[in-house]
Amino acid sequence: MDKDAENLMIEVQLLLNAVYLKYGYDFRGYSEASLKRRILRNLAFSGYRNIPELLRHVLCDKSCFEKLLLDLSINVTDMFRDPLFYKAIRDQVLPDLKKLPLIKVWHAGCASGEEVYSMAILFFEAGLHQKTQVYATDFNEKILIAAKEGIYSLEKIKGYTSNYHQSGGKSSFGDYYAARNKHAAIHASFKKNIVFAHHNLVSDGPFGEMDLILCRNVLIYFNRNLQNRVFDLFNDSLDQGGYLCLGSKESLRYSTCSDGFEDFVPKEKIYRKTLGLPV
Amino acid sequence: MIDAVVIGVSAGGTTALRILLPCLPVRYNLPVIIVQHSHPGSDDFLTRYLNDKCRLMVKQAEEKEPILQGIIYFAPPNYHLLIEMDRSFSLSVEEPVNFARPSIDVLFETAAEAYGSKLMGIILTGASADGARGLMKIKSAGGIAVVQDPRTAEAEIMPKSAISAGEVDFILPLEAIGKFLARLSDGVML
Repeated sequence: MDKDAENLMIEVQLLLNAVYLKYGYDFRGYSEASLKRRILRNLAFSGYRNIPELLRHVLCDKSCFEKLLLDLSINVTDMFRDPLFYKAIRDQVLPDLKKLPLIKVWHAGCASGEEVYSMAILFFEAGLHQKTQVYATDFNEKILIAAKEGIYSLEKIKGYTSNYHQSGGKSSFGDYYAARNKHAAIHASFKKNIVFAHHNLVSDGPFGEMDLILCRNVLIYFNRNLQNRVFDLFNDSLDQGGYLCLGSKESLRYSTCSDGFEDFVPKEKIYRKTLGLPV
Repeated sequence: MIDAVVIGVSAGGTTALRILLPCLPVRYNLPVIIVQHSHPGSDDFLTRYLNDKCRLMVKQAEEKEPILQGIIYFAPPNYHLLIEMDRSFSLSVEEPVNFARPSIDVLFETAAEAYGSKLMGIILTGASADGARGLMKIKSAGGIAVVQDPRTAEAEIMPKSAISAGEVDFILPLEAIGKFLARLSDGVML
């Protein structure tokens, strides 16, 4: 390995260890290439000369750490990202969930909430919103505040509207938000059954008896060990017959708990925890 | 002397790749890793089409997949493709870079970290400045920088941007890049 590349890798590890020891946030099981890019971007904006200097300030100055934490979490998401996934939820998952008296949903790694509100719209259109309880979690407190607000750039709404219709949406998407200045605020009625809470997939425990867990494009940033930890966590949190939804390029296939799940909609990465009936 | 080839291509790419990639012989002993700018909603048509036309296997890169020689990998639409130090793939949905996701710079910069001087980067036709920075990173890590001759490119902006960003090793028409790549597998440099 190139000497500079090796030294950089060591400095990144030192910074992650420092963050863990001082603040308890553990990024040591994250894939390195993307993490390194985000650390270097934070460094470029911070004005510090190198990672050791950044490390010292992260230890001494909590606001410096909070800025780094925000940069280390990926908060890029869209409403109805991958429209065909939402179509599969509409057509294949909701008709089954409809049979339950109460539907418990967990959005793990919800970031700024776009996908949470996309699902809330699906539940509303299926007439299930009254009996749905949604938990939307993220490790980043700042981003949870944004998720709770549910205010998005009007610029992006055009793309979201097109996604919505591709997902099989038949209503006017404009009915679901109020446009103010350059922003679109999701109507408060969609927030009623949603609890936004702090939860770190790396270190926190399961959420009990969920019927549907969505965790899309979060696990691609984790190494295999950490992925397995999170899959076990989801397995422990799901009811028998519950659904697990991953990002389009994520898979349960190589995980330690793949046996307990069936491919429900393979193309959209929707898995179902097997009912555990006797063979 | 080279362990991997990375290619960045945008507008005009399907035609260019249709000419370039079938030049690669069976038993090619390098991986070829490509970012082709595409619409976020694209499917895997391009890889399936090129897989039919090429002697090498053409596929979309998967997260955590170890990079193997003799395979042509494409970044999946709407994901950045990154290379880890252990020479496996990572995917990311981070914000677009140079208005692009996948971005050529992201692939090239992480590939330069992982492969150092044992990397060749190639910029082909395109109407974007993406890739210019990444190619310079490859060059400064000791790798080889190749750019399609802008006069032969369907869209000349991308090759021109790469050339004006800094020193490159070779500026060649597409057919010559094909022959060059074919011989590279035997350790021959032009």
